[in-house]
Amino acid sequence: MLRKPPLFSQDVKQRLAIRFFMQIDLSVQEVTKKFNEFIAVDNVSFEVPDGSFFSILGPSGCGKTTLLRMIAGLTEPTEGKIEIRGKSMLGIPPNKRPVNLIFQQLALFPMMNVEENIAFGLRRRGEGKVDIKKKVEAILERVDLAGFGDKKIDQLSGGQKQRVAIARCLVLEPAVLLLDEPLGALDLKLREQMKVELKMLQAKVGTTFVYITHDQSEALVMSDHVAVMNQGVFEQIDTPQNLYNRPETPFVAQFVGDNNAWSGRIRQCNDMTAEIETAEGPIFHTKVRESLQPGDEVDLFLRPEAMLILPDPSLSELNRFHIIVKDILFDGANSRLLAHPLDADTELLIALPQTRQYDYIQKNDKIEIGWDQQSGICFRRS
Amino acid sequence: MIRTLPTSKTYNRCFKFYVVLYFTFLFAPLLVTCILAFNDSQFPSLPWKGFTVEWFTADLTERVGIFHDQINLDSIWVSFRVAFFVTLLSMIVGTCGAFLFEQEDFRYKQLLYFLMLCPLVIPGVILGISILLFSNTLGTYFETNWNIDVDLFRPGFWLVVLGQFSFIATLVTLVVSARLRKFDRTLEEAALNLGANRLEVIWFITLKFLRPAIIGAGAVAFLMSFENFNTTLFLVGYQATLPINLYLQVRDGSTPVINAISFLLIVGTSMVALANLYFSRKET
Amino acid sequence: MKNQKRWGLFFFLSPVLLWLFLLIVLPHIDLLAMSFRIENDDGQMVWSLSNYLNFFEEPIYWLTFVRTAIFSILVTFLTFVIALPVAFYITKVVAPKFQGFLLVLLLLPFWVSELVRVYGWMILLRESGVINHFLIKLGLLNQPIEMLYKDATMILGLVYTSMLFMVVPITSVLDSLDNSLIEAAYDLGANMWTILFKIIIPHATPGIVSGSIVVFMLTLGNYLTPNLMGGKNSLWFTEQIYNQFIASFNWNQGSAFGFLLLVLSSIVVWLGLKLTRQNLRKVVQ
Ligand SMILES: Nc1ncnc2c1ncn2[C@@H]1O[C@H](COP(=O)(O)OP(=O)(O)OP(=O)(O)O)[C@@H](O)[C@H]1O
Ligand SMILES: [Mg+2]
Repeated sequence: MLRKPPLFSQDVKQRLAIRFFMQIDLSVQEVTKKFNEFIAVDNVSFEVPDGSFFSILGPSGCGKTTLLRMIAGLTEPTEGKIEIRGKSMLGIPPNKRPVNLIFQQLALFPMMNVEENIAFGLRRRGEGKVDIKKKVEAILERVDLAGFGDKKIDQLSGGQKQRVAIARCLVLEPAVLLLDEPLGALDLKLREQMKVELKMLQAKVGTTFVYITHDQSEALVMSDHVAVMNQGVFEQIDTPQNLYNRPETPFVAQFVGDNNAWSGRIRQCNDMTAEIETAEGPIFHTKVRESLQPGDEVDLFLRPEAMLILPDPSLSELNRFHIIVKDILFDGANSRLLAHPLDADTELLIALPQTRQYDYIQKNDKIEIGWDQQSGICFRRS
Repeated sequence: MIRTLPTSKTYNRCFKFYVVLYFTFLFAPLLVTCILAFNDSQFPSLPWKGFTVEWFTADLTERVGIFHDQINLDSIWVSFRVAFFVTLLSMIVGTCGAFLFEQEDFRYKQLLYFLMLCPLVIPGVILGISILLFSNTLGTYFETNWNIDVDLFRPGFWLVVLGQFSFIATLVTLVVSARLRKFDRTLEEAALNLGANRLEVIWFITLKFLRPAIIGAGAVAFLMSFENFNTTLFLVGYQATLPINLYLQVRDGSTPVINAISFLLIVGTSMVALANLYFSRKET
Repeated sequence: MKNQKRWGLFFFLSPVLLWLFLLIVLPHIDLLAMSFRIENDDGQMVWSLSNYLNFFEEPIYWLTFVRTAIFSILVTFLTFVIALPVAFYITKVVAPKFQGFLLVLLLLPFWVSELVRVYGWMILLRESGVINHFLIKLGLLNQPIEMLYKDATMILGLVYTSMLFMVVPITSVLDSLDNSLIEAAYDLGANMWTILFKIIIPHATPGIVSGSIVVFMLTLGNYLTPNLMGGKNSLWFTEQIYNQFIASFNWNQGSAFGFLLLVLSSIVVWLGLKLTRQNLRKVVQ
């Protein structure tokens, strides 16, 4: 029973669906940006269908803002094509593009009040006074800021500024709304709240969102699709679930969600199941997605929740090994054990379900851990 | 030493005394000038002969108050007009300069910037004579080659305006540049992104942001132009500005009318200066 | 996009270029050229060094020049010595609530025309002036003395005139000096003079330099104050220039004098910057 690499078919299906059933709002093709010798964005391609929420997730400095600025027309790409609703954007100045950008620092105009900020774009289009007033009021209502029109920008709270920035762009009904870490400046609590609000707002208005963040939870919670970016390159474009469960590169495995990394060598491999001898000692069996040769060096990733504490002895398919508890990291539903394998000092994070069942575990305890062959993620080291 | 450290009484007293002395030194001439404007005497000196406002209002043969002194009134009007044009010109060119040096990139920018700073270290007298010479050269050239007599090249109103403008523009450029440096350029990008073209961006966003600085610099430019003497001296024609006119009078003996004018000047400039200060404080 | 940028550059560049070339560069080139020309016996203009030779051969000229330079340096130094304690007092000693008020008070007189300020000193100091009046009233003098038209008075006037340009930059650098530096030095046992020379003055150098440059330049190029307060004996070099231009109508000689003054002021400014390792750009900011 040979399993096809599932990702391939999935990918094709998705592309076909996009091609035939949905309109593409934004298409970026092989775009590269160089600052002198430094390559900030390296041959990036993606497509965003109409009305979807697309996120670009990557560490600080990986080129996210640069990519967004190229879409908005504030920076010119060194190479590649950008199309919006099927129209090439080459040589079109930023004020003529049907996209709006919410800046990392919001960039609200401090010399104008809320209403003037929102009306700014409409006025530039030369719309009538009455129309503008109506539209501004409607959009203020929509972002829950009705009656705030006369306020000065510096009288607003962080979350309100946020919403003004969004309203200022949405009122222009852009084909695509670009958001550059718009929640970055907010405190944690507000960020959590705005995350949900933003997602609901997007569902309500139906505008295509391209959302940039370095916070994986934002990306996973809000998006239909997420692109993971690293050093100017897109490592993987996929649904949040697939990114978490089926990372395609070691970088994605480590960047999206927590992961425990092991390094090891293949002893044997058949039927897509490999036997790996880890540098830390234990020998594991795991499913792999490509055929590996004995002697290949590999990286093995295990999610904290994939490791079961004191597994039932009756389960035979499990990999089993012992650890020593170094510390208990209590964090409510997200509590973990910090531990290391018996003969090595690699740090491991192990999910600690708060069911009171494991309350007796203490520092320096020696505990058996088990994990299922299906839940290992294994990459050949290149 | 400083307010947070313990200090000896004598040290404090001496320091205070020094500062009081300094402020006396600063204000004595102005106060005396103002007071003597109201002395009922033919000369701006003591003894005190009683209070009068005649040096402002009188229209007698032996005593002509400033409000009836046509020559001085004329020169005040000339100074106003000069200052108006100098302010206008230097506000425009200074703002262009600020944009040029802060936002544009071109070859020889450093060199041009250095040139722009030069008027700060060129003595005003030299600026005056060199502009006088050059305008004369141009005038002669136009006359001999094309036989046109250009009035602008003669010492007179417009030459004074240009002469003062030549160094006041530097000051405006520096003040506006300093403000422009604090400007967050993403605001411009945001405006572009919302559909504004470059002109609209400058007009609605950048100039709005710069407005306090431009107005403040304008006020300073106005005062500097109004009181300028050294450069103007070489460029005046028959329309004397107020400082030149006062200078001629002071040199040839003085009457309390000068005190009256000084009084008005002191009050007027203080008010402009205080207003300027008040608004610039309110901005920050 | 590109085109718009070009256009913007052109828009900003052209007025600035017009200003700098028509009013600064070309006039000074003209000044230099004029200083090398004289009228020969046939009434024609020819190139010549004689304007400069005149300067060196006639002691009154170069003595006035040297005198002006030395007095300007003296004035600059005096202004500095007087201004430093005042700036220090206002930024560091006085209670913060008075600070703003004192600053305003400090700036206010300088908005008033230089002429009015000099005139004020004249009615204070002259023979029939206010000070003489009080001194006689108090019995300290039997008969009035002329205090105007003396070197000391002239220096007083020049110091007074240019005080602002020293106080303001020093105040602003001292304002940026962290109080804790002085406190730390005091704590480590430094006395007042050590603190002054090791901490305050080094920190204030940029302000002192920019103040000194402006004061020096203004003093050197001042015509009004020496002329009115120094009278006939002032022997200030700008008066020589004025005489050549307006009285003798010898513009070529006047240009040579003007150019020499410009060279002197440039050299001193340049030396000042070099010695204190500053540059002009930093100093003006
Ligand atoms: N104008 C520029 N000139 C030269 N290098 C630049 C320029 N703009 C960006 N870079 C470089 O390009 C890289 C990517 O920058 P970018 O702003 O796109 O990062 P980012 O992913 O948005 O990071 P962050 O999450 O911190 O905002 C950085 O290393 C940055 O130094
Ligand atoms: Mg960024």
